[in-house]
This record gives sequence, structure tokens and C-alpha cells, in this order.
Amino acid sequence: MANRPPPQQPPPVQRLLLRYAKRGRLRFASHRDFARAFERALRRAGLPMAYSSGFTPHPRISYANPAATGAESEAEYLELGLARALDPDWVRVELDQALPAGFDVLRVVERSGPGLADRLQASLWSVDLSAWPSSTRSAAVERFWAADQVLVERMTKHGPRSFDARAALVAWSWRQDDWLTVLRHQVPLVRPDDLVSGLVQFEPSGRDWPARLRRLAQGPLEGRTVGDPLAPPAVPGEAMA
Amino acid sequence: MTELIDDGPPSLYPRLEPLLAQVARPIQYVGGEQNSILKPWSAAQVRWCLMYPDAYAVGQPNQGLAVLYEVLNQRDWILAERSFAVWPDLAGLMRRHGLPQFTLEGHRPVRAFDFIGVSLSTELGYTNLLEALDLAGLPLRAADRGEDDPLVVVGGHVASNPEPIADFIDAAVLGDGEQAVLDLSDWRRQWQADGRPGGREGLLERCAASGRIYVPRFYAVEYAPSGAVAAVRPNRPAAPERVRKYVLDDLDDWPHPVRPLVPLAETVHERYSVEIFRGCTRGCRFCQAGMITRPVRERSLDRIGAMVERGLAATGLEEVGLLSLSSADHSEIASLTKELADRYEGSQVSLSLPSTRVDAFNLELADQLSRNGRRTGLTFAPEGGSERMRQVINKNVSADDLIATVSAAFQAGWRQVKLYFMCGLPTETDQDVLAIADLAGQVVEVGRRVSGRRDVGCTLSVGAFVPKPHTPFQWAAQADPETVDHRLRLLRDAIRADRRHGRAISLRYHDGRPGLIEGLLARGDRRVGQVIEAVWRDGGVFDGWSEHFSFERWSDQAERVLAQQGIDLDWFTTRRRDQSEVLAWDHLDVGLDRDWLWQDWQDALDGQVVGDCRWAGCSDCGVCPELSTRIEIGPTGRHLVPLALGPRPDPAVKDG
Repeated sequence: MANRPPPQQPPPVQRLLLRYAKRGRLRFASHRDFARAFERALRRAGLPMAYSSGFTPHPRISYANPAATGAESEAEYLELGLARALDPDWVRVELDQALPAGFDVLRVVERSGPGLADRLQASLWSVDLSAWPSSTRSAAVERFWAADQVLVERMTKHGPRSFDARAALVAWSWRQDDWLTVLRHQVPLVRPDDLVSGLVQFEPSGRDWPARLRRLAQGPLEGRTVGDPLAPPAVPGEAMA
Repeated sequence: MTELIDDGPPSLYPRLEPLLAQVARPIQYVGGEQNSILKPWSAAQVRWCLMYPDAYAVGQPNQGLAVLYEVLNQRDWILAERSFAVWPDLAGLMRRHGLPQFTLEGHRPVRAFDFIGVSLSTELGYTNLLEALDLAGLPLRAADRGEDDPLVVVGGHVASNPEPIADFIDAAVLGDGEQAVLDLSDWRRQWQADGRPGGREGLLERCAASGRIYVPRFYAVEYAPSGAVAAVRPNRPAAPERVRKYVLDDLDDWPHPVRPLVPLAETVHERYSVEIFRGCTRGCRFCQAGMITRPVRERSLDRIGAMVERGLAATGLEEVGLLSLSSADHSEIASLTKELADRYEGSQVSLSLPSTRVDAFNLELADQLSRNGRRTGLTFAPEGGSERMRQVINKNVSADDLIATVSAAFQAGWRQVKLYFMCGLPTETDQDVLAIADLAGQVVEVGRRVSGRRDVGCTLSVGAFVPKPHTPFQWAAQADPETVDHRLRLLRDAIRADRRHGRAISLRYHDGRPGLIEGLLARGDRRVGQVIEAVWRDGGVFDGWSEHFSFERWSDQAERVLAQQGIDLDWFTTRRRDQSEVLAWDHLDVGLDRDWLWQDWQDALDGQVVGDCRWAGCSDCGVCPELSTRIEIGPTGRHLVPLALGPRPDPAVKDG
């Protein structure tokens, strides 16, 4: 008996877009950790998943632009393919209950129009600089903003890479101790920890001051604000100074 | 995830969190996993910290830990939390910031618990145990601990000779842990209610008096001028001369784990495992597990089916492991695999059977388990390369059996066969190891012939043999690493020289040196404790990880410390013992008759095989009469109950 060919799976009947949060302790989960937990939650919730074809079929899930390990997020997105059409809000409640507290499903809508890759053009990040003395951090931010470019280095899979962190920064404002920044998604992706590395160049003692990171929004870049990727008609995001 | 606010020790999490941003894989330290249990501190009368002295990735999937976690937490008066070894990056930060070893549920300091229950699966975890105790702020030596400090209790296979760590532990449990942890909890609760008579010592005396808890400091060890142990004697009336192991009679009474924890961090095994039976009487002479877990006790078919169903629903896992020491030997394994395969056909659930038998029956099982089209690799464990070697170790499979089985496997569509062997076995010669290459060549040859293809392969995995206590080989001289490495090189060269088959054979092995240290720790006595401590003080931790293990550190410290006693590393490892020598673990009774073990050792040297008592009659190993127990096997004739997969409550289905 020879190996049988892998069974072909039908395409998804329904495509859902999910917004979820990564909060509190679970900010320490890596994207892979989340993906495993999410797929197990799908099975515990008993959702009729659509699967990819092949010898090891995977549930049809497309993750988009996940936040880095250690960062909190109120605005993570993924697309889910189902084998049967379900009420999106029922899916939201079931999945939210099946996931560990800290991975929270905020919104589920049926997909129409383009996929997440086209909708997620920028992120609104909160960089908590409460550990920095307030005069120091203002000066550092002003100097960062005034610079033509701020080269930072980060370790990637392909070794250390150097790139301009300033180029991605579209707008910013202060909300108490939080530096709110709008970062355009570009290649290579500039992350909020790259902004902090940039700030440290202007204020070297910042190296020892922790900065907590939280993504507040992710979506289409509408002028200097981040729109809602799940609402086809553009809705303004948080106002920038 | 909010911390419970109660009168217990405050959570260390707020102090830990800033450190987590600076370490690798921080998710392993945060807890909060699906099915984890956080109880209010004050609601419990007895509190356990279950500790596994290795990284979360290795410890969390441990079946023993999962079982005890449930057994304890099911009682409303007991609380159990988990703690694992922290990697050196976090350990360094914790020391600098004065943060002690913590549990994952409540992030409470482990020193606040009543018991620290340590599960020991490998001797190479000893330095991690010391590291965890030290990080916890506990005195390393049991004798130095205070009245309010927890009792450090070890269990697991390695605890069948806890002498090398005798100074660091308060007690050891031999055998099955389920009833033992409940007994300990009971005695502790009673002792508390009685007003703690006799203090810490008083509680330990109660435990020791049961005859089934070993308290090392209630025993004095005397040494002969030769360096060998002369006697191990109780030093107080409460301690019996010999301590007996715990045996569960009916596994069906202990259906755990029901709702195992689902890790967030990546771990080495991501599956729901059911132990389908405990114990093994195959009689492989190198196998400590098979000797010390006798007799065989099977879980019945319908119970296994129910556990699988509930376990998958509670976890969302997709892989099921049917665990035991030789799973194909379950008396109803054929029905079990067929009925489970039927039940989950067409789903994404996969079944795995860690089986090591080499016969056609095993192949039928593998066929059932891979119904949905996957033909990955088949694994067999002949363990010895030559017929003679297999007789010595009592692994009763002939080369003809093996070739017939792999031939059938290749015919059935398998392309890869993996074979496990050991090197450094008693009486072994170069020729015995070279026979592994011949066997692999034959496997490839028959594979090409029956499949008509060139892409068949054979992977050889060769481990260095380490003699273990409570086995017939406990008297054997361990092969020195030079001999092991020499034979492995010969094997490698022989495979390379085989132009016809060599490229289809891949050989995996490690050098023989870690095995020598494992051998020291496995058959060590109390004097080895000073070596462990010296190695740990010199920075040794995570010895089970090749990037952390340092042979030089171990051999240097062993030489220095043991020289003061007139002995050395070789004395513990490569020296053959004679029948009259008192072995450091002779007072620990796992049920095996010492004379039977000695006779089995003599039979091994003569190449005499011994049959499995399930089919070939009792061979008088002593376990059943000694422990008043018996083999519990089927067939029961039962079947899986059909799943009640009724329609789920209507999820407001829309029209597609």
C-alpha cells in the first residue's frame, strides 16, 4: 500500500476578522505562544474550522502584524476561516471564554473587501515613560522629532540590522507619562522599542529606565491618525497634537 | 488575571514583572495557564509546592506532576502550586533584587509552603534542586532548616536511590505518588491539629513510622575500610530497617489527569497523555523503570476512552499519547487502538503509541494509528546489536523478527525506520556494537527490495548505558567513556564504509562522558552529596542540557571531594560490585528480592533469558508477595462507550 494523497479540504464558507487584546501578564507571550493558545481555544469552543489541505491540515487563520513579546496590545487582528457560517458576535463570546484571561476577543466582524494586510497601515503606540524624569523625556522626544534620521540597531533573525526609526514616526503627543506615537508600517518594521532605542541616543541614562509599550490602535493611516480597520467607512482615530 | 487578595504571603509578581522584560522566554514564568488552579491561601490546611527541577518546557509536560497536582487540589483542604527551575538569566536577576524562588499560580515564595514535593526524573537535575532550594532562601542541608520551613520531599524513579541527595532532603517517597502525597497531607494536618508534638522532627517520625516514607537522617551510614558501605541502620525506634514502596492496586481508581494544564509557553510534549498501564514485566535488565514499577496494572479500556474524550475537551489538544513502558503490551491494545481510531477518524486528532516492541502485531497498531494517510516513521528498540547482546539484556527479539517486521512495514508504505540501541552494555565487545551496522544495512536492503524504491532510510540512535540501582545490572561495571566513544567511532566508520547502504543510514549519538556522571549520581551514596554541592557552588546547573553540562567541572570536583574519602569517580562507576557488598540503596525496598536480582545478573552473564510473568509464568522476582499485590491485567472485554455528540446549543447559525 502506497502513501495516500493528502485529502483536499473545501474552502472556508465564512471569513471573519477578529480584533483581540493581549493584556497584563500575557504581554509576555510570544506570537507563537498566542497562536498555539488560540488554536486550542478554537477546539475547546468547538468552532467549525476550515482547514488547509495537505498531510497536516492547519486551521485557516491569518495572523497580521503581531505585537512583539513583552508589549501589550488593545489592537491585534487576525482572519479566521470557518466551515459553516456563524453569528460573529456569538463567535466573539465563545472564543473569549475559551481563551485564557489576558487574551481577550474584542470584536468580530464578517470580512468584506480587502484583507488585513491592506487595512493595517499604521499603529498607535503608547510608550510609558513614567520612569523617565519629565524634563529629560520631553527634551529627548523633541530632539528625536527634530532629527532627519535616527539610526537604531536591532537583532533580527539575520543578525544585527541598522535602520532609520525616525522615518516611520508620523505624529506624536503626550498623555500624562505616555508618549503616544503613530508609526507607519514599513519594511523593515519600526517598532516602539526602536523608538526607545532612538530616545536613548539623546538621553543615555534612559538605558536603565524601563518603558512599557502598549498598542492602542492599528488600521489605515488617515492623515496623521490611525483609522478603524474593521469599519469600511473611515472613522477618525485618536486625535494627535 | 488578578491576584487573590487573602492573608497568604503577598504575590511576588509585581517585583518579578520588571525583571521579566530582561529575560528569554518570559511567558514560562507568568502562570495563568488554562486549567491551572489558584486557591485562597487561608482556605487550605496543608499547602504543597510541587517542584520540577528543570525548565518549564521539560517539567510542565511531566505526567507525574500533572497527576499529583490534581490529586492534591481535588481536596478542598489542600492547595498545590507549581514551581520550575529558572534559567540562569532570571536567577541572576532574582539574586540581585532579592527575589526568592516562586510558584506560578500565586507567585508566592516557595518557602511559605508546608511541603516542597520534588519530582525527580533524572539524576542530572540534582544541581537544579540545590539551586532552587537556595533561591528559595532555604538552608541547603535538611538538618539546618527551621521549625517553620517546608519539608522537602522527593519522589519519582530517581528517588529509588536518594542517597546522593540525602543531606538536602527531608524525606523520599518510593513508588507510586498518589496515595503517598495524600498520606503526607493527612499526617501533617493531624500533627497540626495535635499542636505540633515534637516539632518538625515529630512530624517526620510520624511519617517514618508508616514504614513507607524514607527519612534519610533517621539512618546512620557506616563505611568499611575498603570504602564500601558497611551498614545503614536506623538511629531511632520510629524508623523501620527497610522502607517499602507505595503501590496502587487499581489504576481505575485514579483517573488522572482529568483536566491537565495547557501551557502557554512551548514545551517538549504538547499532547494529552493517558497512562494505559503502570509497571512492566518484560524484564529488560538495563531498565530501572521496568524493575521498580512492578507489577503490571492496567487501566481498563472504557476508562481510557472516557479520559481521552474528556481530556481533549478540557484542553483543546490534538494529539493523544497512550503512555506506558511498553504500550503494545496492554492486554486489549488492539481493541483500544482500533476503537479510538474509529472514534476520531476524519477529525484532526492524532494518536501516538510510544511502543518499543519489534513484531508484526506492533505494525498492525501503527497502521491503525496512522489511518488518515500519514506514514511518518516507525520506531523499534532492539537495544542490542547482536543476538548475544540481546540475550544478555533480556531483550528477546531475533534479527529475523526485526527484519520480518521492517519488511512488512516497508511493504505497508513506511519509508523510515528508527532503531534505538545502547552502547557500553555489560559483556559488550566491539563486535556487538559493529553488529548494529550490519543490522541497519539489512534493514535498508530489505526496505529497498520490498518497496522497490531507493528513498528508504534507517536512523540509528545510540545511547550510552548507565547501570541503575534496583536492576540486575546494579552490580555491573559501567563502561568508561573512552570505550564507549571508541565503539561509537568504530560503528560510525563501519557505516561510512558500507557503500551500498551507508548513505541511507543516519547515526545519532552523544559522547559517553555525561553518562559517567549520571552513573556516579545513580549508584552514589551519601558521600556523593558533597560532590553535587561542590559542583553547584562552582556554578553547575541545568546538567541535563549539553550547553550547560561541564564534564570537567564534575570530574574535577569529584576527584577533589572523593579523594578525602580514599575513593574516586571510577570507584562508583567502572568498578564491578560483588554479591556481598552492601549497596547504598539496599535498605530501600521496591519489592524485588535481592537474591532474584543477583541470579538474574548471573543469568545475564550466561546469556540466559527470562520470560515475562504475564505469559511465561512467575519468575519469583518477589514483588507480589513482598508488597501483597498482584498483576492486574485484562482482557475485560469492555469497549468504548459511543460519544454522546449531541448538537451543541444552537449558536445562532446564520444561513450560509
